[in-house]
Amino acid sequence: MATVDIRDVRKAFGPFEVLHGVSVAIADGEFVVLVGPSGCGKSTLLRMLAGLENITSGEIAIGPKVVNNVPPKDRDIAMVFQNYALYPHMTVFDNMAFSMTLAKAPKALMEQEVNRAAKILGLEQLLQRFPRQLSGGQRQRVAMGRAIVRNPQVFLFDEPLSNLDAKLRVQMRSEIKELHQRLKVTTVYVTHDQIEAMTMADKIVVMNGGNIEQIGAPLELYDRPANVFVAGFIGSPAMNILKGTVANGSLRTDDGTNWPLPTGLKNAKEGPAVYGVRPEHLRIDGNGGIPATVQVVEPTGSETQVLMKIGSQTMVGAFRERVTAKPGEILPVRPDPALVHLFDQQSGQRL
Amino acid sequence: MTVTTMTDWTRARPQPNWLARLFDYKPFLVVACLTPALGLLLVFLTYPLGLGIWLSFTDTKIGRTGEFVGLDNFEYLLSDPQFWSAVFYSVFYTAVATFGKFALGLWLALLLNNHVPFKSLLRAIILLPWIVPTVLSALAFWWLYDPQFSIFSYLAIDILHIRKTPFDFLSTIWPARWSLIAANIWRGIPFVAISLLAGLQTISPSLYEAALLDGSTAWQRFRYITFPLLLPILAIVMTFSIIFTFTDFQLVYAITRGGPLNSTHLMATLAFQRGISGGELGEGAAIAVAMIPFLVAATLFSYFALARRKWQQGEAND
Ligand SMILES: Nc1ncnc2c1ncn2[C@@H]1O[C@H](COP(=O)(O)OP(=O)(O)O)[C@@H](O)[C@H]1O
Ligand SMILES: [Mg+2]
Repeated sequence: MATVDIRDVRKAFGPFEVLHGVSVAIADGEFVVLVGPSGCGKSTLLRMLAGLENITSGEIAIGPKVVNNVPPKDRDIAMVFQNYALYPHMTVFDNMAFSMTLAKAPKALMEQEVNRAAKILGLEQLLQRFPRQLSGGQRQRVAMGRAIVRNPQVFLFDEPLSNLDAKLRVQMRSEIKELHQRLKVTTVYVTHDQIEAMTMADKIVVMNGGNIEQIGAPLELYDRPANVFVAGFIGSPAMNILKGTVANGSLRTDDGTNWPLPTGLKNAKEGPAVYGVRPEHLRIDGNGGIPATVQVVEPTGSETQVLMKIGSQTMVGAFRERVTAKPGEILPVRPDPALVHLFDQQSGQRL
Repeated sequence: MTVTTMTDWTRARPQPNWLARLFDYKPFLVVACLTPALGLLLVFLTYPLGLGIWLSFTDTKIGRTGEFVGLDNFEYLLSDPQFWSAVFYSVFYTAVATFGKFALGLWLALLLNNHVPFKSLLRAIILLPWIVPTVLSALAFWWLYDPQFSIFSYLAIDILHIRKTPFDFLSTIWPARWSLIAANIWRGIPFVAISLLAGLQTISPSLYEAALLDGSTAWQRFRYITFPLLLPILAIVMTFSIIFTFTDFQLVYAITRGGPLNSTHLMATLAFQRGISGGELGEGAAIAVAMIPFLVAATLFSYFALARRKWQQGEAND
């Protein structure tokens, strides 16, 4: 186990810089999730950590040692690839034992280690199968088993669940999390799925366009997003974002709707601002709520999502109570002022 | 006014005409589809092959219909040292040339599979020996091996000053044999290199990355990943290569015509010489028929080596 320190790392492919100086400090045993939209440079950063891409500038340290010039095999890192990268011509056993075969480990030790990993992952019955004879979830587990046998300092995962169906994804999510709690190995996990990030991470790193937007614990990002990007990215359904002008203790949008300012920002500077309210923080309130025209009602059982129009703005509300309103009806809603967010319109930063 | 409702109207079921019905009739379809293929096979494959085998049991000469003589031709060949020399050289030629083609072809394919500058240009250049008509390249080699004008002799004598006399490529037995093998290797490399390169490109780069993280050396990656994953295609290419090499005719016929002292005859060239040039059709056919067991062996090799390996069965891994 080890800490990982990424200091002002940049990466350019030819003339194109895809990472513009990112810094992340990862504590020993921490589960860190890199999350961001496709193409923002998550995989690139992970591959640099593994040593599969070289580092254009900056430093990466694993433990106390800077590894910029250490070849991958000496970094003591195991990686689970998105396509699993199982060796198709080897059995599950041989796949998992491969690193030990290369190191010419004694047969008995090899069996002991593979069996230990197989037991953790429930693969005992599959050891003599070939990858082609396995289901997606089983392959995924073999890929993890191969990493566990390595007994590495750091685990890397690159979108390991994106090839699985929704149900299996949820199941593997908790299995990986549980595995981490058992082995307590420092883990860096890449995903574009913010729900995966929220549910698994000790710490989330939100990336966008080669930059880090915010680093923090899942609920910290949810409660206090540092900027409009994080606000819109974290949370599902996504936060409603409104543009308007702050005046007289409220935010007034162009279509003339007034929104109450956040509790701590009653005296915010007047002028243009961006207002954010999560769907689940809108309440139905008969007395003096803002009138919203219902467009679509989507009951999910535990809550009801309502797509509605307020002024000229389309917004989403998520209500615990069952909404009986029909499309076209008016629903009075009111945001909870303790839970709304205000951002600077120019920089997008939180006010 | 009548009101037409949806239920009044039924979609007209198309009545198939007799032609459509005929094509839906399975026995007819089977016959119709098989006839052209079987016909072609019969006319262009089975008939010549059968005729060749029949001829080998007769004493036919050019201009004279022969009679059935049983195994006489084969018995005669068994005691003919020239026939045995051709068998030996055919096997030797095939073995050495195949080895050479695969060693160099695999090496080239591995090289081209890496990031090299001007990759597509290099690939095009590599295909050249294969694109050039065999007879043309045979002529080129003929010049290269010429006793007086060989460029190798010129280089050695006039440029490097390491020899006083020209090389003697084609007028003594073993140098001639090796020279032909060299020409065959040169011609065969492109086929092997390009086929193996295609095979290499089907191997997912992430396997190499995984192996890199697993701590492999370059040699281990070749031994444990590249080679086993290339084996199925290697087996196909090798079978074809063995068959093409064993039945080679043009190179030898154009460069040495079997000489010196008939030492470079392959079975194919000897069959041609006896059968067509010498007019002994029966005997020539017998030599050609004697090649069949070797070719069957090569095909069997492919049949067993190509049998789908256990790990190839089931769904794909991606
Ligand atoms: N080998 C490469 N050569 C050139 N550009 C690349 C290469 N790999 C990735 N990129 C570019 O770098 C950016 C980040 O890619 P990547 O790290 O794969 O994104 P993510 O994993 O976040 O979806 C993308 O714009 C991609 O086009
Ligand atoms: Mg990626």
